[in-house]
Amino acid sequence: MTVPKRIGKIRFGLISPQEFRKMSVVKIITADTYDDDGFPIEMGLMDPRLGVIDPGLRCRSCGGRPGECPGHFGHIDLIAPVIHVGFAKLIRKILRAVCRDCSRLMLKENEKNMYLEQIQTLERLGQMTDDTVNKVFSEARKNKTCPYCGAPQQEIKFERPLSYIEAGHKLTASDIRDRFEKAPDDDIQVMGMNPATARPEWMILTVLPVPPVTMRPSITLESGQRSEDDLTHKLVDIIRINQRFQENREAGAPQLIIEDLWELLQYHVTTFLDNTVSGVPPARHRSGRPLKTLSQRLKGKEGRFRGSLSGKRVNFSARTVISPDPNLSIGQVGVPMDIAMELSVPMIANTRNMEIVKTFVRRGPDRHPGVNYVTRPDQRRVKVTDKNCEEVAEQIDIGWKIDRQLADGDIVLFNRQPSLHRMSIMSHRVKVMPYKTFRLNPAVCPPYNADFDGDEMNMHVPQTEEARAEAEILMRVQENILSPRFGGPIIGGIHDYVTGSFLLTHLRKPIDRRGVMELVKKFEFSELPEPEGVVDGKPYWTGKQIFSLILPRGLDLSFKADFCYNCDVCKGEDCENDAYVVIEDGQLIMGTIDAEAVGAFKGKITDRIIKEYSPSVASEFLDRMTLLALRGIMYAGFSFGIDDEDIPAAAAEQIDDTTRTAREKSQQLIEAYNAGELESLPGRTLDETLEMRIMQTLGKARDTAGKIAGQYLGLDNSGVVMAVSGARGSMLNLTQMAACVGQQSVRGERIMRGYAGRTLPHFRRGDLGAEAHGFVESSYKDGLNPTEFFFHAIGGREGLVDTAIRTSQSGYLQRRLVNALQDLEVKYDGTVKETRGMIVQFQYGEDGVDASRRDYASTDNVKRIIKSVLKKKESA
Amino acid sequence: MSPSAAPSKKKVVLVTKFAVRDHEMVPDHVLLTPEEGVEVLKAFNIVAPQLPKIHINDPAAKEIGAKVGDIIKIVRKSTTAKHSVFYRLVID
Ligand SMILES: [Mg+2]
Ligand SMILES: [Zn+2]
Ligand SMILES: [Zn+2]
Ligand SMILES: [Zn+2]
Repeated sequence: MTVPKRIGKIRFGLISPQEFRKMSVVKIITADTYDDDGFPIEMGLMDPRLGVIDPGLRCRSCGGRPGECPGHFGHIDLIAPVIHVGFAKLIRKILRAVCRDCSRLMLKENEKNMYLEQIQTLERLGQMTDDTVNKVFSEARKNKTCPYCGAPQQEIKFERPLSYIEAGHKLTASDIRDRFEKAPDDDIQVMGMNPATARPEWMILTVLPVPPVTMRPSITLESGQRSEDDLTHKLVDIIRINQRFQENREAGAPQLIIEDLWELLQYHVTTFLDNTVSGVPPARHRSGRPLKTLSQRLKGKEGRFRGSLSGKRVNFSARTVISPDPNLSIGQVGVPMDIAMELSVPMIANTRNMEIVKTFVRRGPDRHPGVNYVTRPDQRRVKVTDKNCEEVAEQIDIGWKIDRQLADGDIVLFNRQPSLHRMSIMSHRVKVMPYKTFRLNPAVCPPYNADFDGDEMNMHVPQTEEARAEAEILMRVQENILSPRFGGPIIGGIHDYVTGSFLLTHLRKPIDRRGVMELVKKFEFSELPEPEGVVDGKPYWTGKQIFSLILPRGLDLSFKADFCYNCDVCKGEDCENDAYVVIEDGQLIMGTIDAEAVGAFKGKITDRIIKEYSPSVASEFLDRMTLLALRGIMYAGFSFGIDDEDIPAAAAEQIDDTTRTAREKSQQLIEAYNAGELESLPGRTLDETLEMRIMQTLGKARDTAGKIAGQYLGLDNSGVVMAVSGARGSMLNLTQMAACVGQQSVRGERIMRGYAGRTLPHFRRGDLGAEAHGFVESSYKDGLNPTEFFFHAIGGREGLVDTAIRTSQSGYLQRRLVNALQDLEVKYDGTVKETRGMIVQFQYGEDGVDASRRDYASTDNVKRIIKSVLKKKESA
Repeated sequence: MSPSAAPSKKKVVLVTKFAVRDHEMVPDHVLLTPEEGVEVLKAFNIVAPQLPKIHINDPAAKEIGAKVGDIIKIVRKSTTAKHSVFYRLVID
């Protein structure tokens, strides 16, 4: 292995022919690769000095073995110069900017000095010089005669791909090179180039570097035939034409033939560099497949940068669609049997596990959990089959490695793209299951931002003890319940789990013995709590009691529920809406469990349990909560249909009144405006004032309509239950469905675009009324009229465009931020340092606080602690 | 720029230059003695070049008469930690 070297600096420039020769270990003169005995031919394309790929041989240049020798460049001397395709456009620019006679940049001395100064200033400031350089080229081109020698200039036409035509004559690569060679260094600097590292004539190749064999290895087919790399094929072409060219020129062949050969050489060099130049037919393999040459190796998604360096494919991984399974723990992942039988975990046989190992091997590859491969201590791999498994099992000895199939309890990493935060990859325990999808508890959807509309996820199996230990200690789901972003639980109930908890715990609905049994059937409680009361000789319990069963003993907590109406003065424990939660010693005394208590992103109970008990207790709580909530929603029964958006006729009439009045009121405003009676608001024009007042009026109308509808939609309405408990949707959504959709807007203003003076041909020019500018009076349930529908589509489109733009922009921002910060580390002394030990922060985040470990600095904590200490004393 | 309180009624002095350290947005810059500097380096177990840098021409550095190689202590107001202390090495 070579010692890693530290990169001091990187300089970009052109390589000169001299440098090409200097770094070359051999001049290639023959197109042949191997002789009849299979040995590489000297001075051929596979010359042993170019590096080694065949095992057992040593490099003739550095003495390294295959894998050690990095390979060494050779070179081909081109008989005639050819243009480098990558510089075609720049060559054109320079040709037009320099004099055809004396090769000087056609700008006056003082202009040159001015531009040079500008370029140097920009470079000193580390800024782009592109604009100035482009200005130099465009200004120089304007001169029709040379300001130095007075030579008249000709128009130079550029024809794709590589022809430069001056007054009807095609310039040869030699002509261009001659011109560039004469250009003085000072002029080159004005063109934004450094003559020491980038002379323009170096854009025209006279020497072609031959890449080392290590980057174009030949492969030996099963038939013993050698198959060469695409690059080698291309180099063979170049050498052949180069030789023919030389022979013809020495023989004094006619100019026409020479020109043809030159053109052909140019073609081969061009396609060697880039086989997708427009206007150049791509070079093809004998089979008709286009060759993959240099630039194809680097460019695009599968190229070196995006495909091999930024991202790679890995073994021991699986990918499939995900689906929900609330019976799994949040720390588990359901793995399809097909995947479990393909992926493996290595085991090394030793004295203690010999029998276990042999049992695995004896099962063979078809009986799960079996073994797919065994590796002998001499690194020979043996495939275990149904036939040889008994035999292999007997041979197993200490030191053999067996690749055991993935089984229940194995630890794996689970991931969903885009991996934007660390909770996007967490470790789960495997549960092998039938069917073809990964299964996960819906409570872990929020950190992955996953849903089940066809999302796919990846799974990776750690292969070493160290990797498994890291996965288990740092990456387990339960260790990631608290988000480092805001310190609260990111894992928790969503949708039906919140609804279910709400329905179960709201108020004190009596539940008979049968109901209680149904609710707790998934659990193993040894006894039920004392019944809350007795009716008709039959005992009954409440949902609050049932929910208390899954709370850990000793938990003390009180908070306002999500569905608290935010009364002016909170009555706290006397809240008549059952919206104030009090938990004492793990008993839900009062209040309703909703999103605030168990939901993802909020989860007060989850949060408290993690901090007072442990993440494992919290994870167990979440498991039980998901099960109980599902039982809860099933016991209560829950559905939402079109008739849940119905409101009584009286309410509909009231809403109509409201919108009508609002419309009339905005009409009055318009009349006042036309009559010049409208008073403008401070800092606003009259037009702005009118707009604001109308928006205000219509906005208020929708709110009022919503309130009216809300009065008739109570907790017996499923939509309200979902909105109020924080499960899904909001009262606004319900308002829009049942009462009035409201004003549609573009960029926060009423819709103003469309035809001259009006939004649609249905309105008069200059109509400022509500319906002419996007006020949707109907509800979704009633349906929108055609103009309303159109305005709604306009407003809806803005939302879609916004999200599309936002995701792409924030994605780019995230990439740049991560690139800048990825190597920073919080050290044990609390400082943040980068890899060289340079300090970035003296205290992590100024205060040294880890958001996920802090416990909100609130006085509530003190009160709670005092309370629980006093209680302990009492009971003691 | 706003005119300063006139020292006398006759002469109205227009403030064209003010001390940056007087601006409320500029955190306190304190020039450390060489001994204090060594203390800081010892406390963080680092060498001077590993400190964040401040240019000798930085207005705040100029004002307190810092020289190249000095260490400046910067005390910022922080919403979460009240004060956050930062050190910078003066460079040119
Ligand atoms: Mg999806
Ligand atoms: Zn070598
Ligand atoms: Zn000239
Ligand atoms: Zn309340």
